[in-house]
Amino acid sequence: MSTARRSGRFVRRLAHRLTGAPEAESAIWETVQLARHQDRPYPLDYVERLFSDWEELHGDRLYGDDPALVAGIARGADGPVAVIGQQKGRDTTERTYRNFGMPNPEGYRKAMRVMALADKLDLPVVTLIDTPGAFPGAGGEERGQGGAIGRSMQTMLRLRVPSVAVVIGEGSSGGALALGVADRVMMLENATYSVISPEGGAAILWRDAAKAQSAAAAFQPTAANCYRWGIADVVVPEPPGGAHTDHDEAARLLGTYLTRAFRELRALSPAERRRQRGERYRRIGAYREVPMASPTEMVAGRAEPPPNGGVPAPRPPG
Amino acid sequence: MSRRPITVSVDRLRRRRAPERPPRRLPADDRSCPRCQSHFRAEELRRNLRVCGACRHHFPVPARERLDQLAEGGAWQELWPELRAADPLQFVDLQPYPDRVERAEASGSNEALVVGELAIRGQACVAAVMDFAFLGGSMGAVVGEKLARACDRCVERGLPLVTVTASGGARMQEGVIALMQMAKTVVAFEALHEAELPVIVVLAHPTTGGVWASFASLGDVTYAEPGALIAFSGPRVIEQTTREKLPDDFGRAETQLANGQIDAVVDRRDLAARIGRVLAILERPTGLGPPPAVTWAQAGAERAVGVAKGLPDLSRRLVARVLKSEDEAGGPPR
Repeated sequence: MSTARRSGRFVRRLAHRLTGAPEAESAIWETVQLARHQDRPYPLDYVERLFSDWEELHGDRLYGDDPALVAGIARGADGPVAVIGQQKGRDTTERTYRNFGMPNPEGYRKAMRVMALADKLDLPVVTLIDTPGAFPGAGGEERGQGGAIGRSMQTMLRLRVPSVAVVIGEGSSGGALALGVADRVMMLENATYSVISPEGGAAILWRDAAKAQSAAAAFQPTAANCYRWGIADVVVPEPPGGAHTDHDEAARLLGTYLTRAFRELRALSPAERRRQRGERYRRIGAYREVPMASPTEMVAGRAEPPPNGGVPAPRPPG
Repeated sequence: MSRRPITVSVDRLRRRRAPERPPRRLPADDRSCPRCQSHFRAEELRRNLRVCGACRHHFPVPARERLDQLAEGGAWQELWPELRAADPLQFVDLQPYPDRVERAEASGSNEALVVGELAIRGQACVAAVMDFAFLGGSMGAVVGEKLARACDRCVERGLPLVTVTASGGARMQEGVIALMQMAKTVVAFEALHEAELPVIVVLAHPTTGGVWASFASLGDVTYAEPGALIAFSGPRVIEQTTREKLPDDFGRAETQLANGQIDAVVDRRDLAARIGRVLAILERPTGLGPPPAVTWAQAGAERAVGVAKGLPDLSRRLVARVLKSEDEAGGPPR
């Protein structure tokens, strides 16, 4: 038994070496750096270029206003929309003011408030995701950071209006996903979407934040991979060299994809959109179903065998 | 033979007499209380529901044992034990992910979430219990899928959901797919919302990260065990990021009760009774009964159908329409 297990492990290691990491570590790291480039357009840069008029709304009506998350209403070519996104700062003063794009619960509650407004006034919702994660602070925890993120996802899931989420820079952890439950999820070509920032992952898994590059290679957070796994529906091209080289062109490209997506979504009924939205996330997952010789074996002492004899049909792993 | 061994032993004796030795402590293992150092026999601890009799410290509970505790000796049926983790990213950190899973599976649990169908104080329900011992109770694709199926089962049978959480958050080794399980669990809970079925969440130590930021914070009634850490970011991460020193009670169940994040801190020995009481309060005559207003409307519809059937020449279309509206209202009156 133990020999077989050991040899199995060896084969797996070999397989990892041969087939693992479809993209080179350096290429992935380059994408991570592009996604966080300091000249990369932020939500307000896109808003300025995509819409003719914009009114930013402030405050969550419960506690305060969070500058790390901007939300408002805008006039687009096809009518009014609601826009929500995490805003990083470009210089040190603004970065501190924006808290590096890391929202507190007030930010997510402001987002929910604007989503409710959008639902009332039938405005399509665009979210622009660009955050290293929700802010880890004692105050935020006291005011319910976890619940704010959970309820933000719930609010997006319940929207009657069409919604599109776009990862425009880095999308890390629940702080990003809080704005990511939409009818269509798009990623810019050089954006990243991951369970945690490379530094955070390295600190936890490698116990060394300096291993960020290895962590990024392991998480494979690129748009191509997210598209392959069905996390992103659309990969939006950027101008040659990256979105930071030409904000106007980057906004124009994003605009065409947004317009097309909303026209498609408008053709569906609210109930149908909502059903598909739930279905979209219900499907995501990769697991094995191991054939169980005796189902009771795995079950604690008092359990009975499942009804209908219940051994599921074995499926090949993967 | 030389004299060296004797010299050494004298030396040792002298050192042993040195007064600055730290006080003797029992070796830390999973049976000695980290708070008051009381030591328990395995059987004793199990019988006490893994609560320290001296200081009320709550030890971690394996998922299946928790289901035994909630069922209080009754039978329970495990659902979908055949679901196991896959390795979609071919993830390798300090060791390959499949090796981690294999080691965790060897320790007796097959995933970080165990779902069972049982009765708590006579109230039938589906219970989804997390196991912190399995890779830190992390939420990967299997946890998401099992929870989603558990919710589907609740809707199918009209049963309430009880979930006990203990997790470090999303499972890093499954990357962005693990992140998406947060959304998946929120979608799953939405089915219970639409079916008007209650969800009771019990937060055990620790409930952090992506689990607290998704389904764990969306319960209708939310309890926590004494001393449980409940936070989106753990204290270590916060101290590293903000360089502020956190108080010892940061994020603990008692603090979160004061913050308004949970409904009550419940001792594990009262947990089954407390859950049973809530389920009894919310019980409907037929599991999922229609709310009274609908029953009243349906009684009216039934009368109308009776009248319509009694009138021979009345249009069949009208009868059909009444029957259809009755269907939409959720089936014939019970």
